[in-house]
Amino acid sequence: MENTRLHKVDLIFENDGTCATTVLDKVLSRKPEDIINDMIDSGLKGRGGAGFLTGLKWKFTRNEDSDVKYVVCNADEGEPGTFKDREILDKVPEKVFTGMAIAGYAIGAKEGILYLRAEYNFLLPKLERMMNEFNKALQAKKLDFTIDIRSGSGAYICGEESALFESIEGKRGEPRNKPPYPTVSGLFGKPTVINNVETLVYATMISKYGPDRFKEFGTKDSRGSKVFSISGDTPNAGIYELGLGMSVQQFVDEFGDGDTKAVQIGGASGMCVPRKKFNDTIIGYEGVPTGGSMMLFNSSRSMYNVLHDYLDFFAEESCGQCTPCRVGCQQLLKGIEAVKNKNKTPDYLENLKKLAETMKLSAKCGLGQSVANPFISIVDNFREEIIY
Amino acid sequence: MAKYEVNLKINDIPVSVEEGSTILDAAKKLNFRVPTLCHHPDLCVAGNCRVCVVEQKGARALAAACATPVSEGMEIFTNSAKVRTARKNIIELLLSEHNSECTNCYKNGKCELQELAHEYRVNENNYLKLILNKGYTIDDLSPAIIKDDSKCIRCQRCVRTCAELQHVSALAVGYKGDHQKITTFFEKPMHSVVCTNCGQCINRCPTGALIEKNYIDQVWDCINDPNLHVVVQTAPAVRVGLGEDLGLDTGHRVTGKMVAAMKRIGFDSVLDTDFTADLTIMEEGTELLTRLKKVLVEQDTNTALPMMTSCSPGWIKFIEHKFPKLLDNLSTCKSPQQMFGSLAKTYFAQKKGLKADKVVSVSIMPCTAKKFEANRPEMRASGYQDVDYVLTTRELAMMIRQAGVDFNELPDEKYDSIMGESTGAAVIFGATGGVMEAALRTAYEIVTGREVPFQNLDIVPVRGFEGIKEAKVQITGVKPEWSFLEGAELSCAIAHGLTNANTLMKAVSEGKVSYHFIEIMACPGGCLGGGGQPIPTNEDIRRKRMEAIYDEDTHMEIRKSHENPEVIAIYEEFLGHPNSHKAHELLHTHYHPRKNY
Repeated sequence: MENTRLHKVDLIFENDGTCATTVLDKVLSRKPEDIINDMIDSGLKGRGGAGFLTGLKWKFTRNEDSDVKYVVCNADEGEPGTFKDREILDKVPEKVFTGMAIAGYAIGAKEGILYLRAEYNFLLPKLERMMNEFNKALQAKKLDFTIDIRSGSGAYICGEESALFESIEGKRGEPRNKPPYPTVSGLFGKPTVINNVETLVYATMISKYGPDRFKEFGTKDSRGSKVFSISGDTPNAGIYELGLGMSVQQFVDEFGDGDTKAVQIGGASGMCVPRKKFNDTIIGYEGVPTGGSMMLFNSSRSMYNVLHDYLDFFAEESCGQCTPCRVGCQQLLKGIEAVKNKNKTPDYLENLKKLAETMKLSAKCGLGQSVANPFISIVDNFREEIIY
Repeated sequence: MAKYEVNLKINDIPVSVEEGSTILDAAKKLNFRVPTLCHHPDLCVAGNCRVCVVEQKGARALAAACATPVSEGMEIFTNSAKVRTARKNIIELLLSEHNSECTNCYKNGKCELQELAHEYRVNENNYLKLILNKGYTIDDLSPAIIKDDSKCIRCQRCVRTCAELQHVSALAVGYKGDHQKITTFFEKPMHSVVCTNCGQCINRCPTGALIEKNYIDQVWDCINDPNLHVVVQTAPAVRVGLGEDLGLDTGHRVTGKMVAAMKRIGFDSVLDTDFTADLTIMEEGTELLTRLKKVLVEQDTNTALPMMTSCSPGWIKFIEHKFPKLLDNLSTCKSPQQMFGSLAKTYFAQKKGLKADKVVSVSIMPCTAKKFEANRPEMRASGYQDVDYVLTTRELAMMIRQAGVDFNELPDEKYDSIMGESTGAAVIFGATGGVMEAALRTAYEIVTGREVPFQNLDIVPVRGFEGIKEAKVQITGVKPEWSFLEGAELSCAIAHGLTNANTLMKAVSEGKVSYHFIEIMACPGGCLGGGGQPIPTNEDIRRKRMEAIYDEDTHMEIRKSHENPEVIAIYEEFLGHPNSHKAHELLHTHYHPRKNY
């Protein structure tokens, strides 16, 4: 079997130590519109998982008529199996700050806030030191933009952008109704660009090298490279930057332990791909997109336990405000328990799949909507493991 | 900026609505009913329950009709297969975490979830019953409100009511996920937090999670006890709301039928809170004039102005919690309910030759805070608890049904005497601005000897549903004993709903406004929108009740409190004069600062 080697990339962690200065000088010498056009041209999609075109997001926010706008860096990395933002913030924080400043310059914001996951508070002293230096550097460059850091409070839901705004505003972290979208009414009701940590670093690198360098990697629908958090049954767990568009088979060949039976792509809220579909499944927007989490499971793992863990997590981390998510998560969890314990017949799984579909259609935010992903993909592909 | 029209289609029928409208508004315009649970016209949009989901052509997910603004060219389907399945599932999910022992529930037959379950023919057994493992307890320690989490569907109407309409936030969302619930500060029971007992949350709770504590059985027991004389009083706003719970249209005045029904139920004396509303005007009007004299003539710095009304027990508890420094500004007058209570076991008992300990005093109120008020330790001026049981309008309707009385066929009957006579001034106590209007009708006439200079005695500037109203009355041609008021301009303000009250009190305490007299009612619209009134409530319903109240006023023979013959008589025979020593003993009270949490 032919195995094209994976495209390993070194954009994110490349560190020549002069990034902040050189890139910012370059950016500030150009018009904001041109910066945004570069982003659109690059095809960069949000690296948090949802995959919205970053350039468009910036353009929409720039086009809003408002004195106050915000740039928010979403560093509330809470998806189970994802740990790449931690590494980025630890290794190349100035590139994150630079990305925020570029976004601020592009959309006309004066304030940027980095919302840091509470569990990453060990990074705070270092980040704050670097942030202060960076803010001084911005002043010296006469860019009216200041970055601040807010520490999260420990809820998974606060990684959802509108819940994150609520949290920064001092309220209970609960997603808002959309529309309006953040580009129109985000933090404190002002037009806001909210980007994932990794997205902002790519913004920096696209500004540094131009969009063409970025387009060298990936496919038409999934441009560029992506940082993957690889965990589970693999001898090579860790963080890797890879070109998008590889098949799951290629990925497993590189990272599997020879006995991989399933890969959970995109964390607990992502899709489970079984061995029989490894060859036909592309990792990217044309196949299964991911915010970076890749969990490998070998034949020693019970997929019932895997699903049970995920549902347990969602039942607890649902904010609880909307019915489909709050009650649905509990029903799915208790439901597979009941099937396992023979309190319900295997047919009951069909009820639960319909419920998962209802959650996908009617939950208020991405959390409730995406619980169907792991549920249906695991139940469909590992039905016998759920029942027996 | 002018609003433009947005064109869209709902179920293939074109419709245009103002920009900013929701899909729900547009559907309503076409008479398509989209079911809702968390949505309430008095409150901000939540989009929580998801029962109102509709299908939008081209969109992957369904949209919450209540929370999604319309956009040009939108095509919406309110009843597609996808929608119906999702909606049914959602109702089933709600039932799975709901204590659905409906026959044991106070709201049985009046529950929005029950109605929807019926309408969608849901199968409750589709999902596991989650409620069984939640270990909920019922908080029934408050004399006014019972909170039963096992019936809560987390629509957060109560939370929004408490925060938006009342600025109290006694209720809030706590925890997340499967543990999420509506709770209080440190999960303390309702009676030991800032809850004002206003009952507005009850009026908006779609299920039986928040209900009034009911005393129907206790009252029946008293009625059935031949040794007891049960006196009942009915508040002004009850007569314009009661009909709604007995099959009549909103805004029906049912005073005569209500009296007839209560006589058939077996109350021994059917009397009127309006009598003590008139008495309140005498006491409060005199107090206001005395305060004005002390401040303006005697330069007394210990007398507080503006004077504020004290009829609304929800408002009283609110100010005790939130603005304890302003307690001296409150009129010392008890509410009409409590004045009535203390007189029922003194004056009334004496006149009727009854022993006070054999008189049971029951009041019918549009209010739940009155249940709390009756239990305040200060309210025992007669030597007994002045008011024994407080029933809401809803509870009275329930008693009338239990008694098997065909309400609609009843003749109009008159209140018993004494303490059954009232005036138009007393009736309008039930609407926001009414106490102010009644007080002005009397105070102006006391001071000048002439009627208030408003056509037909209708002081229009103090009426209506604007949150905070202001009125100024120029006083000229005064009688000699009131010469210090000659040329003065009496400046008044009125607020209803505690959020408006809070705004006004902030302005008062910061010295940004200066008034002589302020009327506050805790509930939106005043007592007619009280927490004990029939459910549902919305501005349209409240407006119809208000119109009925002013209609009742117009139809009264006597429209000024000081002309109520029974009021004149009680001063001659029993109290002496307004603010007399005896009046102070029986009709006035004092207040206590409370903590702000």
